[in-house]
Amino acid sequence: MEHISLSQIAIVAGILLILIGLWAIISQRNIIKMIIGFSLFDTGIHIVMVGVGYVRGKTAPVLDEAVNVKEAARQIVDPLPQALVLTAIVIGLGITALMLAYALRLYQKKKTLDVKKFNDLKW
Amino acid sequence: MLKKIFFLLVLAGFAVMLFNAYGLSGPDQQLNDVAAHYAEKGPQEVGAANLVASVIVTYRGLDTLGEVTILFLAASIIGFFLKARRDNQRAPKQVRKTSEILETAAKVITPVIFLFGIYVFINGHLTPGGGFQGGAIIASGLVLMLLANPVKKINHNIIRVIESISGFSFILLGIFGLLLAGGFLDNAFLPLGDFGTLLSAGAVPLIYIFIGLKVGAELSGIVSNLQETQKEQI
Repeated sequence: MEHISLSQIAIVAGILLILIGLWAIISQRNIIKMIIGFSLFDTGIHIVMVGVGYVRGKTAPVLDEAVNVKEAARQIVDPLPQALVLTAIVIGLGITALMLAYALRLYQKKKTLDVKKFNDLKW
Repeated sequence: MLKKIFFLLVLAGFAVMLFNAYGLSGPDQQLNDVAAHYAEKGPQEVGAANLVASVIVTYRGLDTLGEVTILFLAASIIGFFLKARRDNQRAPKQVRKTSEILETAAKVITPVIFLFGIYVFINGHLTPGGGFQGGAIIASGLVLMLLANPVKKINHNIIRVIESISGFSFILLGIFGLLLAGGFLDNAFLPLGDFGTLLSAGAVPLIYIFIGLKVGAELSGIVSNLQETQKEQI
């Protein structure tokens, strides 16, 4: 505990967000709340991924005046997790919009958002 | 009660798994081999000052193509889903009038937001930003427009044409890379130019412009589809 770094704080916060989101997904009965839980889960994963790519004391992977191009490998953090998170954010946005559209249709069909009422496939 | 214990067990299992995987290890002291290659060879091979952009557009360009495809699929399923409903019943809806301040501000700010979005994706290879961010900014300008004028009709044909043309051009640029340079989505078939200037990094700015237009069109399509459904009485 003598030395807590920034990335450890970010990773722990991200894991807590993941757990809150998972709790919302498995325990809530309202579909909108489950979608909110999914968004929290998604955000937590992004924070953990960016935190894993952090290298202590290094700067952002943009080669401008602050970074010497020849020595770039010793001055920047890992660009790969950042690129993957960028991809994941956009896909998460699309999936969230898709889930909301499904929720809208389910509501129009049954006039309720309670998952317990959607038992047509139960036997 | 039993259910709550079960939830807690699942959460505790997840927590142990995640903390074991990431929580206890400190940050790395240096880059791993792949990242070091991107950092050292990136400026010569791709020529983009923003290394994240060079990873997204060139080194992992295929991932980006897949991502754009997923976004396109989500947008078209939403359009299909909400469209089927819209056709059956069409009743005029009365919406509350928006405030004067919002209407006037939207007229002034919306063009500036669009311009900023275009700036972000044209400069994506030099500064933080890029096609996806620029597209999202453009779509947020559209959201402001719709908030100020909720009954406004967005022309879906324009959105569809922009989206198709930019998606097609993205793949076409990839095939040019296959024919004229090293492989699919290789940017080196155009001259790499001076490092750090606007006209550098070969095809990266072009690809980012098309990605930006495509993402902006897709997100605008999603937003306007949701908005048109919202006008109906549910």
